Amino acid sequence: MYRYDHYDQAIVDDRVKQFRDQTNRYLAGTLSEDEFRPLRLQNGLYIQRHAPMLRIAIPYGMLSSKQLRKLSDIAAKYDRGYGHVSTRQNMQLNWPKLEDVPEILAELATVEMHAIQTSGNCIRNVTSDQFAGVSPDEITDPRPWCEILRQWSTFHPEFAYLPRKFKIAVNAAEGSDMSDRVATRVHDIGLDVLKDGDGNIGFRVIVGGGLGRTPIVGVVIKDFLPWQHLITYLECILRVYNLYGRRDNKYKARIKILVKALGIEEFRRQVEAEWAYVKDGASTLTEAEVDRIRKHFTDPDWKPLDDVSLEALAAEKNDKAFTRWLERNVREHKKPGYAAVTLSLKDAKHAPGDITCAQMNFVADLADKYSFGELRSSHEQNLILADVEKSRLHELWLEAKAHSLASPTIGLLQDIICCPGGDFCSLANAKSIPIATAIQARFDDLDYLYDIGDLDLNISGCMNACGHHHVGNIGILGVDKSGSEWYQVSIGGRQGYNAHLGDVIGPSFAAAEVPDVISTLIETYIDNRDSDAERFVDTVHRIGVAPFKERVYANKGAGKERAVANA
Amino acid sequence: MPKIIKHSSIVDDNWTLVRLADGESAETVQLPAGDLIVPLKVWQARRAELLARPQRGVWLAPDEVAQDIAADLDKLQVVAVDFPQFADGRGYSTAALLRGRFGWRGELRAIGDVLKDQLFYLQRVGFDAYAVRADKDIEDAVKALNDFSETYQAAVDEPLPLFRRRRA
Ligand code: HEM
Ligand code: SF4
Repeated sequence: MYRYDHYDQAIVDDRVKQFRDQTNRYLAGTLSEDEFRPLRLQNGLYIQRHAPMLRIAIPYGMLSSKQLRKLSDIAAKYDRGYGHVSTRQNMQLNWPKLEDVPEILAELATVEMHAIQTSGNCIRNVTSDQFAGVSPDEITDPRPWCEILRQWSTFHPEFAYLPRKFKIAVNAAEGSDMSDRVATRVHDIGLDVLKDGDGNIGFRVIVGGGLGRTPIVGVVIKDFLPWQHLITYLECILRVYNLYGRRDNKYKARIKILVKALGIEEFRRQVEAEWAYVKDGASTLTEAEVDRIRKHFTDPDWKPLDDVSLEALAAEKNDKAFTRWLERNVREHKKPGYAAVTLSLKDAKHAPGDITCAQMNFVADLADKYSFGELRSSHEQNLILADVEKSRLHELWLEAKAHSLASPTIGLLQDIICCPGGDFCSLANAKSIPIATAIQARFDDLDYLYDIGDLDLNISGCMNACGHHHVGNIGILGVDKSGSEWYQVSIGGRQGYNAHLGDVIGPSFAAAEVPDVISTLIETYIDNRDSDAERFVDTVHRIGVAPFKERVYANKGAGKERAVANA
Repeated sequence: MPKIIKHSSIVDDNWTLVRLADGESAETVQLPAGDLIVPLKVWQARRAELLARPQRGVWLAPDEVAQDIAADLDKLQVVAVDFPQFADGRGYSTAALLRGRFGWRGELRAIGDVLKDQLFYLQRVGFDAYAVRADKDIEDAVKALNDFSETYQAAVDEPLPLFRRRRA
């Protein structure tokens, strides 16, 4: 993974000093609340329901065991003994004290970490594929490009006060519609790394996607941008947005609204007009720089191993629980004899994505023991050991299981994506974690879960859509009705190359009804699927929303909303 | 006399900033004596009159773009960009365009809600003068111009990105 040199370190160290000064001035009263807010946000610091929340950057999800141990120390010393992996691959602490934040940042800087631009109206931490560099379906490793973008966007002077936040995701896998594991189509800019007929690398540039209040699937602005021009082209997109994006209404301020208002043709014309002036300028990338960055992402010392199939391993151990874990949590690797393992943070005892300090230390040990001391976080809020020898999978499974990190449910209904919701977030309309817990409790029968198969269930506590409910095969959204908490359910959403936004099935439900609604949706799917191989989302697209809707509301009493809401 | 930061030092400001009060119009506003920085609209309406003065300055509002003044740059000594609220970042792109595409070499001044914590970025996109908000400590603010010793990306103050300068 990328290692800092003295330039990178100096920038992060200077930031710690700068933020210490800002915090001191705020506490001394010379910096007002309004003046401090954007500054702390650009450092990942929200003031939430109970306490500040600090979002620590994990650039494109890459983490070393040393860094994870430091996160564990910090969560123990300054927080309540746990952290939360976010849907943008970052780590959040829910209870730090404002006065402690400069010290936390200083500690992070000792392990090449920071909280720069994890929030605020600036270019955010770039996200990518948790299987980057090891996945058989990838064209090339996306991480060097992510790192190039990280450096370019870090403290970019022109784009620190954009109309709204700006999120970039990079994907380099191709093949099936599920190869895009980073949701490029619902980002402000999505980049698909491509190779042309002559083997030259370039990018398909997608712009103007996003979820939130006005969910929009992004559109292609450039079919093939040769890699040299990555930075100059993105700068032009950002410049047009910075100058002309709406600033009068924060709900209309994302780039998607500008792209939609102008139309993609006109938006492209403006970007290209700008580009004519800066193309081939000093920010044009060089071979030397790309090589320098690539050297940080060379393959680890994989041993030459004979491949074994996961089926053969399962047969050898003949243990149903292990077989299930292999099926769901273990993924083929591009190197024979190796596999990528997902450690589940969706144990029913914890909120989705939560991880205790003890678990963090333990996962760091696992990374050292099994996976070259590195790991990744995923936007599905799990952790990944990317380079595990297949012959050691059983041993690893036994260890992970003992620490509640081996729920064999990756990609199944238990593997819920869920935002912090009303328990923590001051913007929430409704709680989301208890809904996730109730659904997980309802569907705790593994045989049934396996029978249901692949299913993404995503929950957001309000229309800001932090839990990506629009692209869940089943999406649940917290809504506020005269002060009580209700939940709107949508079906048919999906991420990937054919990203699709789900359709709302009808009037919303009280919290207590939600597990029944999910059960009915699942039963409808089971009764209608054309074979065991047809996934929930495919059945929805084949037969439409109506059969689901009818059955759910028939069960509820002819579509009338219940009078009792969850208080 | 009010102070500004110019090229990293605190100096007396010899220019008078003209803002239109409610009810005043560009055509009729009384222009005081001395060197003035006037709104773009006043410049457009009173060009001949202003050209008769020895020095001229014009300021742009956030929704006025570099192109609006580009053709007149050779007649000006100061261009200012207004930040009614520091979090409105349009002026950063305007500055970058004035310095880059339109080759402005005279004074580029940030006015309005200009605070310590934005100075470093303002300097990077080409500002060389800062009218720090009057109620703030200008002596403390000036220190922020040195907040960072290294930067990654090319900008007006450093036309080469770090990757073209980096030494191991
Ligand atoms: C608890 C405090 C949080 C607050 C106040 C908050 C606030 C917001 C707001 C206001 C938006 C909408 C922005 C817009 O549409 O322009 C948003 C979007 C988003 N948030 Fe959060 N959020 C919080 C926590 C989280 C967490 C914990 C995660 C990850 C688990 C997260 C992930 C996201 C994502 C991925 C989006 C983007 C959706 C999109 O594309 O528009 N947020 N958040
Ligand atoms: S979706 Fe809403 S409730 Fe959930 S974290 Fe985001 S802002 Fe808060």
